[in-house]
Amino acid sequence: MENQTLTDPKFAELDEFIDNLPDKKGMLIGVLHKAQEIFGYLPAEVQHHIAQKLDIPESTVFGVVTFYSFFTMKPRGKYQIKVCLGTACYVKGGQKISDRVKEELGVTGDEPTSDGLFSVQEVRCLGACSMAPVMLVGERDFYGRLTPDKIPQIIESYRRKENKK
Amino acid sequence: MINEKTLSIEIDGKNYNIPEGKNLLEFLLENGFDIPHLCYHPALKSIGACRMCVVEVEGSKNLVTSCTAEIREGMKIKTNSPLVKESREVNLSLLLKDHPDDCMTCDQNGNCALQDLAYEYFPSGKPLFGYMKEKRYEIDDSSEFIVRDLNKCIKCQLCVRVCDEVEGMSIYSMVQRGHESYPSTFMNLPLAQTNCVSCGECASICPTGAIVEKPSIGKARWNKVEKVKTTCLYCGVGCQIDVYFDPKKNDIVRIQGSSENREVNDAIATCVKGKFGYSFVNHPDRLKSPLLKKNGEFVPVTWDEALDYTAKKLIEIKEKYGPDSIGFLSSARCTNEENYLLQKIARAIIGTNNIDHCARLCHASTVAGLSMTFGAGAMTNPIGDIEFAEVIIATGTNTTENHPVYGSRVKRAVRNGSHLIVIDPRKIELVDYAELWLRNLPGTDLAILNGLLNVIIHENLIDEEFISKRTEGFEEVKKAVEKYTPSYVSKISGVDEKKLVKAAEMYAKAKTASILYAMGITQHVSGTKNVIAIANLAMATGKIGRPGSGVNPLRGQSNVQGAGDVGCLPNLFPGNQPVSKESVIEKFKMAWNVEYLSDKNGLTSVEMFDAIMNGKIKALFVMGENPVMSHPDESHVRKALEKLEFMVDMDIFPNDTTKYAHVILAASSGFEKDGTFTNTERRVQRVRKVLNPVGNSKPDWMILKDLMNRLGYNAHYESPKEIMEEISKVSPIYAGISYDRIEHKGIQWPCRSIDDEGTAILHQNSFSTENGLGKFIPVEYTEPPEIPDEEYPFYLSTGRILYQYHTGTMTRRVKEINDLRPKVEIEINPEDAKDLGIKDGDIVRVSSRRGSIEGPAKITERSQKGLVFIPFHYAESPANMLTLAAIDPIAKIPTFKVSAVKIEKVKVEDRV
Repeated sequence: MENQTLTDPKFAELDEFIDNLPDKKGMLIGVLHKAQEIFGYLPAEVQHHIAQKLDIPESTVFGVVTFYSFFTMKPRGKYQIKVCLGTACYVKGGQKISDRVKEELGVTGDEPTSDGLFSVQEVRCLGACSMAPVMLVGERDFYGRLTPDKIPQIIESYRRKENKK
Repeated sequence: MINEKTLSIEIDGKNYNIPEGKNLLEFLLENGFDIPHLCYHPALKSIGACRMCVVEVEGSKNLVTSCTAEIREGMKIKTNSPLVKESREVNLSLLLKDHPDDCMTCDQNGNCALQDLAYEYFPSGKPLFGYMKEKRYEIDDSSEFIVRDLNKCIKCQLCVRVCDEVEGMSIYSMVQRGHESYPSTFMNLPLAQTNCVSCGECASICPTGAIVEKPSIGKARWNKVEKVKTTCLYCGVGCQIDVYFDPKKNDIVRIQGSSENREVNDAIATCVKGKFGYSFVNHPDRLKSPLLKKNGEFVPVTWDEALDYTAKKLIEIKEKYGPDSIGFLSSARCTNEENYLLQKIARAIIGTNNIDHCARLCHASTVAGLSMTFGAGAMTNPIGDIEFAEVIIATGTNTTENHPVYGSRVKRAVRNGSHLIVIDPRKIELVDYAELWLRNLPGTDLAILNGLLNVIIHENLIDEEFISKRTEGFEEVKKAVEKYTPSYVSKISGVDEKKLVKAAEMYAKAKTASILYAMGITQHVSGTKNVIAIANLAMATGKIGRPGSGVNPLRGQSNVQGAGDVGCLPNLFPGNQPVSKESVIEKFKMAWNVEYLSDKNGLTSVEMFDAIMNGKIKALFVMGENPVMSHPDESHVRKALEKLEFMVDMDIFPNDTTKYAHVILAASSGFEKDGTFTNTERRVQRVRKVLNPVGNSKPDWMILKDLMNRLGYNAHYESPKEIMEEISKVSPIYAGISYDRIEHKGIQWPCRSIDDEGTAILHQNSFSTENGLGKFIPVEYTEPPEIPDEEYPFYLSTGRILYQYHTGTMTRRVKEINDLRPKVEIEINPEDAKDLGIKDGDIVRVSSRRGSIEGPAKITERSQKGLVFIPFHYAESPANMLTLAAIDPIAKIPTFKVSAVKIEKVKVEDRV
């Protein structure tokens, strides 16, 4: 674990962020946000590393990670697809949207696709009930008034974007 | 903090004055109100989690948890209104809804706070929402000591808080949230895979059966056990413990930290040995009858036969060779009363000062060094005082393993803002808490200590007023440390110059600073000089005699302070009174009603073995020691013991030393007798009889009393209490100690009269020297007598580990402890291991000029390059085969911390 820390550029990036904090006290949540941004998720070794760097017990880090639903300990795809199953979306067929997304990606739960590009998360209310059913791809790309048929096209657009790179 | 001011409040229509800052729940409980509570404990900060202690406060919108209530003048409180009652019923029902109703097989049955409340609030057996229907959590029984069944958890968070606030380990945290939350480990790891140190405090504090002690399960129901408060038998911290025992089986069921005496062990704290190290008591190996060696074999005999024979032999040898042909080794594990009797036998009956005990092997240099400088060889400040130190220097003390409960206090002090400096060749746990770590080469402590003083003088950080008013001899020390410049010291010790300067500045500039030390300072040929250098440092900076400032040697055994206090030293009568002083001799002749007492200093324990070899000592009386294992150069000790004409050994187990005895006297353990121990902070505390003596064993004091009468001295002590009465008469520092006065709380000596409250901090206004001034003494660094060379290229250091205790006579007979650490681990630095081709767990042979031992290697950064560390607990890999019997010329303490060894990997075909 120690050696990985030294060589893995992701750890180096996280360390740089932590080292530049004016005060390490009370910064756990901010650091966890950053770590999740860098690693995509918060596995044991990342939590352990953060505990060491911030000089706090690793059990405390784990407690905070499990408290907030935003934090995840499982890997996510590069594009996290949040399908809304809040009341309005559910009534308007949100479950069918979710099922179609999974079918299209070939996943059964919240595990990432084999190429690491996508993962699906079913969430409660994204705050856009008037456009139900809705889903969010990544942090910004919002899609409303969905039908299952629109799904393959949307997903394909991200695959194309990635292929061009 | 509680202050003098009181507030007037009304509780259930009656007026009360409550001290400002007082916890309301505590006040209510103390005044007889029946307030239910599940998450409150006197050792911890209150958090108001269980909401059972709610009260109604007039004018307040909501009910208030009394454990966290802010008390205001004129507050009107109702503790049992219909609203309060209803709220408690609902809260309790919500807890019970998430709790199984399986009290029948629960280990906590009969001592469960939840069960008691359910019984009180729902005698119908029907709480509002029923009980848990489906269990949600797997039971974690991975630990040797602790079983966690979180289905029974009520989320009071006591386990999380005690592990954090008292033990400083923070193994647990509340995870998940809301209704789903539960206390768990990092990544929900099984406890055995965490850094848990098995102090067992979470099991002691858990109000339900969610965390219980594994060794106790199925042993006895709570209503079948009785409780006795006593003092822990292991290290010198002197934790107060509640021992629960089954009188029918004459066996201990469990031990918990006592909630009284928070100044010693935080009203709850224990370590793994104190909490779980008790099952040796009824181990089949216990000596259950006196034994006499007949035709080379030990045969059980009656007490009369054993004691008559012993008396006859002792008298014979005294008459044939003179009184100084007999040596006595007493025990830091026996009570003050027993040690007093043994030295009385040596002095008043036999007529020799050849009496010593194992402090010779640990803190003899402290007693000598601090007596020469301060006039009293003991810890200057109380245990709890460490939390007032702005800067703490811990040097040569692996506190968290050897004095675990004190170690937790050091960690807490650091978390609360104290700055810790560790000076130690090994990367011990405290290094993780240190702001500065000076990793020196073994045996170079004196150079470093002189070097720190050099910087302090050079930078003019000395306390001139303190030096001129309270001390003498500073100028000579000033001259002597001139050459110990940072660059000179750095060359000797391997410590970076800048670190030396910073450490000196931190210590000298702090308002309060305390130095902690133990065997890493004392167990050297320069042990006494090391201690003097520490005293010089404290006096030069005025860091002595105040709260948070002092010199604090941590004593290793339960009564190592007391054994010396009551005279088991070859140069001192009880109460540190010199045997060479005529007035003292006269006083003791009167007190003991004898005509002759020797005024000649006796031999120290290490010297006794040489005296046996050259024929001066013919008989040895050993009480509760195991010199074969604990003394340096084991083969030398064995040869000496073989040479004795007569040897008596009084012990609870057969061990490597008892083999050489002619008579073995079967003693009772510390759980089977009354008496007192004096802990590391000079606090005289009660030891109480829990069990009846096992087998036909007898408490040591009874055996000694019977022997005294057989030796022709009229001794008629009815109980240890009467022996303490005698001690207090002859020993001025114990003059005010009596069993009545220490019934609830121990008193710290000096305690000079029955009105004296005792002395928490020594040397406050003057030192204990004859003229009251502290004595600066110049001390010069010299190289250790044996250092690595081509043939023996490694430093060897010996010591203890958390789980085992000393020669292992007790802890190696506690199944769970020994299962966890069954074998020696020879700690080797990773680079050295690589060079030697040694992998973790490989069997290695470590050899010195005196012998060689084998054991599995542990590859660890704890050892610096060039150093191996071997604990001395394991008879099959005895570290003291290797150590050097070179001794400090002043205190005669052996140099356990430095010798030279070589290491080889043992090839399978080479194994014998």
